[in-house]
Amino acid sequence: MSRPDKNRLASGGLIDRAAPLSFRFDGHSYRGYAGDTLASALLANGVRLVGRSFKYHRPRGIFSAGAEEPNALVELRSGARREPNTRATVVELFDGLEATSQNRWPSLGLDVLSVNRFLSPFLGAGFYYKTFMWPASFWEKLYEPFIRRAAGLGRAAEEADPDHYEKATAFCDVLVIGAGPAGLMAALAAGRTGARVILADEDFLPGGRLNAERREVHGRAGAAYAAHVAAELASLPNVRLMTRTTVFGAYDSGTYGALERVGDHLPVPAPFQPRQRLWRIIARRAVLAAGATERPIVFGGNDRPGVMLAGAVGTYVQRHAVLPGRHIALFANNDDAWRGMLAASEAGARVEAIIDVREEVSPALVEAARARDIRVLAGSRVIATQGRKLRTVDVATPRGREQLVVDTLAVSGGWSPAVHLTCHHGGRPVWNEAIAAFVPGASPAGLTVAGAANGSFGLGAALREGAAQGAEAAEALGFPVPPLDVPAVEDEAFALQPFWHVADSKGAAFVDLQNDVTAKDVGIAHKEGFRSVEHLKRYTTLGMATDQGRTSNVTGLAIMASLTGASIPETGTTIFRPPYTPVSLGALAGHHRGKDFRPVRLTPTHEWAARQGAVFVETGAWLRAQYFPRKGEKDWLETVTREVTAVRSSVGLIDVSTFGKIDLQGPDAGSFLDRVYINGFSALAVGKARYGVMLREDGMVMDDGTTARLGPEHYVMTTTTANAAKVYQHLEFCLQVLWPELDVAIASISEQWAQIAIAGPRSREVLARVVDADVDVSNEGLPFIGAVEGRVMGGVKARLFRLSFSGELGYEIAVPARHGAALAEALMAAGEEFGITPYGTEALGVMRIEKGHVSGNELSGQTAARDLGLGRMASTKKDYIGRVMAGRPGLVDPARPGFVGFRPVERARRLRAGAHFLSLGAKPETANDEGYMTSVAYSPHLGHWIGLGLLVRGPERIGERVRAYDPVRGEEFEVEVCAPGFIDPEGERLRG
Amino acid sequence: MRIPCPYCGERDAHEFSYLGDATLVRPDPAAVDAQDSALADRFHDYVYLRDNPAGAHREWWYHANGCRQWVRVTRDTRNHAIAGASLAREPGDAA
Amino acid sequence: MRYSFLSILANGLNGQSDWKPAWRDAAPKPSYDVVIVGGGGHGLATAYYLAKVHGIHNVAVIEKGYIGSGNAGRNTTIIRSNYLLPGNEPFYEWSMKLWEGLEQELNYNAMVSQRGILNLYHSDAQRDAYARRGNAMRLAGADSELLDKRQVRAMYPFLDFDNARFPIQGGLLQHRAGTARHDAVVWGYARAADTLGVDIVQNCEVTGFLREGGNIVGVETTRGAIRAGKVALAVAGSSSRVAEKAGLRLPIESHVLQAFVSEGLKPVIDGVITFGAGHFYISQSDKGGLVFGGDIDGYNSYAQRGNLPVIEDVAEGGMALMPRIGRLRLLRMWGGIMDMSMDGSPIIDRAPVPGLYLNAGWCYGGFKATPASGWCFAHLIARDEPHAVAGAYRLDRFRSGHLIDEKGVGAQPNLH
Repeated sequence: MSRPDKNRLASGGLIDRAAPLSFRFDGHSYRGYAGDTLASALLANGVRLVGRSFKYHRPRGIFSAGAEEPNALVELRSGARREPNTRATVVELFDGLEATSQNRWPSLGLDVLSVNRFLSPFLGAGFYYKTFMWPASFWEKLYEPFIRRAAGLGRAAEEADPDHYEKATAFCDVLVIGAGPAGLMAALAAGRTGARVILADEDFLPGGRLNAERREVHGRAGAAYAAHVAAELASLPNVRLMTRTTVFGAYDSGTYGALERVGDHLPVPAPFQPRQRLWRIIARRAVLAAGATERPIVFGGNDRPGVMLAGAVGTYVQRHAVLPGRHIALFANNDDAWRGMLAASEAGARVEAIIDVREEVSPALVEAARARDIRVLAGSRVIATQGRKLRTVDVATPRGREQLVVDTLAVSGGWSPAVHLTCHHGGRPVWNEAIAAFVPGASPAGLTVAGAANGSFGLGAALREGAAQGAEAAEALGFPVPPLDVPAVEDEAFALQPFWHVADSKGAAFVDLQNDVTAKDVGIAHKEGFRSVEHLKRYTTLGMATDQGRTSNVTGLAIMASLTGASIPETGTTIFRPPYTPVSLGALAGHHRGKDFRPVRLTPTHEWAARQGAVFVETGAWLRAQYFPRKGEKDWLETVTREVTAVRSSVGLIDVSTFGKIDLQGPDAGSFLDRVYINGFSALAVGKARYGVMLREDGMVMDDGTTARLGPEHYVMTTTTANAAKVYQHLEFCLQVLWPELDVAIASISEQWAQIAIAGPRSREVLARVVDADVDVSNEGLPFIGAVEGRVMGGVKARLFRLSFSGELGYEIAVPARHGAALAEALMAAGEEFGITPYGTEALGVMRIEKGHVSGNELSGQTAARDLGLGRMASTKKDYIGRVMAGRPGLVDPARPGFVGFRPVERARRLRAGAHFLSLGAKPETANDEGYMTSVAYSPHLGHWIGLGLLVRGPERIGERVRAYDPVRGEEFEVEVCAPGFIDPEGERLRG
Repeated sequence: MRIPCPYCGERDAHEFSYLGDATLVRPDPAAVDAQDSALADRFHDYVYLRDNPAGAHREWWYHANGCRQWVRVTRDTRNHAIAGASLAREPGDAA
Repeated sequence: MRYSFLSILANGLNGQSDWKPAWRDAAPKPSYDVVIVGGGGHGLATAYYLAKVHGIHNVAVIEKGYIGSGNAGRNTTIIRSNYLLPGNEPFYEWSMKLWEGLEQELNYNAMVSQRGILNLYHSDAQRDAYARRGNAMRLAGADSELLDKRQVRAMYPFLDFDNARFPIQGGLLQHRAGTARHDAVVWGYARAADTLGVDIVQNCEVTGFLREGGNIVGVETTRGAIRAGKVALAVAGSSSRVAEKAGLRLPIESHVLQAFVSEGLKPVIDGVITFGAGHFYISQSDKGGLVFGGDIDGYNSYAQRGNLPVIEDVAEGGMALMPRIGRLRLLRMWGGIMDMSMDGSPIIDRAPVPGLYLNAGWCYGGFKATPASGWCFAHLIARDEPHAVAGAYRLDRFRSGHLIDEKGVGAQPNLH
């Protein structure tokens, strides 16, 4: 049963009392309302102890009412949806919400590691750098595991995230970040010009401070005015109002990253909706109106549950109709906090006292406080607090010390503008003495700052600045700006006496509440020389927690400044990196997970291959048929052996559409090819193909493949599957950048043409049955390396190449991609009587290794043409890419590893790629490393394993024995060096 | 970052493939005797040495997922601000 | 002051009042035997080993900002010696050996933690490439193990084994790899070097070089001229900019590499994991944050920040590998400027100008190299000859063709 929310005011607030919601925290049921945050609902129910701190496991409550929350971090939801470290202050309450406290064991109330509090004198800043070093092995075994278990905060979910995420891109003229008074006016001013405007706010309710304060605008309550403006914005077709959307980063060229929480306010996302959506917003101009964050004053015992930012007290009272406590005192150094507290008092809060460090406070405020029966302790400071949850506060007043019995202490040390996004391009905030705060320095191009984020804390100023900047942004883009009636609101006086730290207070005084960094830690850093602001941060961890030091950075800096005697701006500045608030990894990934991590490219015969029972393998983005197992075959090796045997004895077919295919046309196509290949192509006869090797400009082999000449000015190039895009880009570079004078046009036709290879002694007979009658595929009509255009399957245009990777008589038949599957069927039917066998990439690999061809494993980018035995192909009569650099001493050194074949001395041994070679008797050490095995296969033809590899001076060592050294697989044995061609070295089969 | 492709208009940089310094000129092997070590030196400088300025940088971007044009972009390496772009086949000044 | 359990106890009892500066914030003297430009890990380690191993104590490390403000403080803290090529692997293994005794030597807990690195493979070809690498590591005396899918699943059962676009087939494991606390490495070397008499001069930017005849005999700085017997550059990220002041063009481009950290969590991952089907690697710091990264952005940059495409790419890799991290949040991202060399490997060599020494081109691998880089650079400076394990890191290798191209992508830095 839900308990009544005892701290809820009877009326007021922006909650929907007609929509009660029930939720659970640490197993207890409570009641809240639509419009609550988890934090406001917990406070309404009198829950004040919410979490444990990071290092000392001290009890912590709710400190703020926004994104700056350092203390009230919970695990939201459960199971696969568990979200650790979730700030209760920004969680929109929903029915059935479930949250659990974290970083405590066994329970929040009784936490064993809270013993750390008593060790705290020894656990000062950097203590871990000075100990845990003896004995060395104890670090991983003992100290570190303990530290790792004790550290961290919440627990990650243990299962895959079940929700979906998506990504979207939006374009606008003016992006307004923050829908407080400045942002609303900026959006309105820009929106009325007709400019495309996006107004984004992290809150679920636009209005910002208008919802949290008691101010009138245009004769309406602030919240009502915000709703009124939001309604007009919603009615403008050119304005998009995005609530629950945090702009988290400013990137280049006006690109902003934003996170929209589409379904986080629901128990589970709505059907067909993502949980969150990542937006890339491309904005021509942007107005940052992100407001400001209140900062506390540091004093001993300032972390007890019940100590809370003054503005947060106001927010809970005004917006949520919740009293954070029964007896409230304020400790402040500025007028703004007074006004907020007076308003809270008017709304029904019992404010006992206002403690202000200032001797002199505006008489009007003092008068107003006294009128509400609030004691005023001017020139006073809090020097200690008591209670596991706050019970009493010790105050030093000019008249001596006294103790106040309060359960809530509101604190305010002033405000820090939310300059975060202005820092994202390296801008450094500058110190503004008048408000004792950092204000924006250089902002990203196109971004201006309005309102409190700009250090203009008055409400009137925020409205004016917002309107002006919204209009200015639109005007700069050429939109005519109609006059806008900006509500006249009197600017409240901003009076503040900088005050950071009650140095004479008792007990641990926390600067960074979440990371448990105390004023004393700042002192240690000072003593040890970690005085630059970055050293201070890194040494003490100040500002490194999930709140990014929103409530602690400036204070830490101020305390350091007081220790060094320098001013705050001399001491440093506080900068912020993206993201503005933490962003879930799921949203940044979007749909790209699981099988959808990357797109899949399927060959034209994929479905056909699947019907043949193919096992597929990922080759880059492609899925290719790896082998086609048949019933009764015990493993892949048996299958592959059958496929190879079938090809070598009869005929088989394989889809080779994945090879890159590039069409080259123009009078200079031949000479262009001469410049990109090491060998010549301009003299290639029409109707012939040739194997070519191309280098990178640094002299290493880039790719190989065959290029056919289909006409005097028409060539078709093939590339390896892996390098298709790279080669195409390279060719475009050569044409557009290096030799624009050449008259050649190229186009990638990889997707347009399906290509199927048939190989084996019966392949000609099979081919003859699929080509149309007028196509001569006889040995004379289509000799080895011939390339002709013709028709197949009754009129389908085709390109026929007599090529072979397997070493057998072979052809490649290219047809428009849509006919690929039909071609496969036709070839299967044509070859049925020969037992035509589909084969996959494994069998293809076995046959090319038997044949001694180089492939991807040898084209590693680390090999020169000479290394691969291809050096003699290089023309000496022309220049080509890579020629000069290939002549460097390091590339022509005869001691470089060269391409050879290997067989095991004990023939039954299985070879493994990746084994290194050592001379017999050589010690296994780097200096004796002589190369490695690049490719291996079981050769059905030879009945044993064979290998290809790169061996130092390999071609000179044919017949020698070396050791194949493979300790990662626990193997080491002798292999015999041989020529890289295990089958038909004379190529008779090819030409037959 | 968005690249103003002269052919396609402004597009996100992820559509492009980056190559680097666009001020380098491939040495003309015909201009120097092929055996001359000066040619090797020129190629060494062309292939390996870079000004790598902190400031305006003229550089090649290839619009791989677009028009397949090589685009010469002038961009400040300190803040990524783009001053101009032209197609490789246009001799025009990018800035 | 020697750090010990007792020093902590004593200060705990006396209100932390006895701590002394970890290093002196020195003002520059007019002249030194050696001036090292760059107060990152490499520069400070070089100074330390110059003093400790070679007895050269009259050394200054000058730093334009505060020490550790460059890549030493902007990396993902991984240490490993799982390289492939003979020019690299013995060097990185030497670095690993130095890491293993570093904290006791420096009397500073840099949290060197050998919790292992696992490089996943997703295809037979990748497996064989990792076998090649693992064997090369063994040849250099490093440890390596080739794991199959079952063994990987036993280590990290929560990886996506069953629904992956590129299924995990296994991995290459180096047990002795792991992480170290990057800032502590800087501070530990600084403190130890300072103790040996090295001056650490912060907020001192080099504006030019002092020359006599053809030789470099010192530096001009924002804090005045400093003469030096030898000037040594260890300014990765800014190497081109500083070398340009000495009239040198280097085979280096500066690129941005982004890195990321999540909110703090109870232990999720023990060691370091690299994804083999995308650009993603991850570990978890002792404080609980997941520390991860991916590919460089890919364009020349000195801006110390990157853009969304790489951020998204990294998150996609993370989700593909570990779909349980979807609801975890990215807390901070930052960019470091990498000295991307033209073959992906570093340079430790004398510059073509007498009196000047170069330590540059660390790409994204400088942190793990810190101890050996310092050791070998100190050796080179002190003896004018390369250390045996750094002999391949010559500047003229690009001219001679003795490249150290681990990835085989050639002279294009953004592909390394």
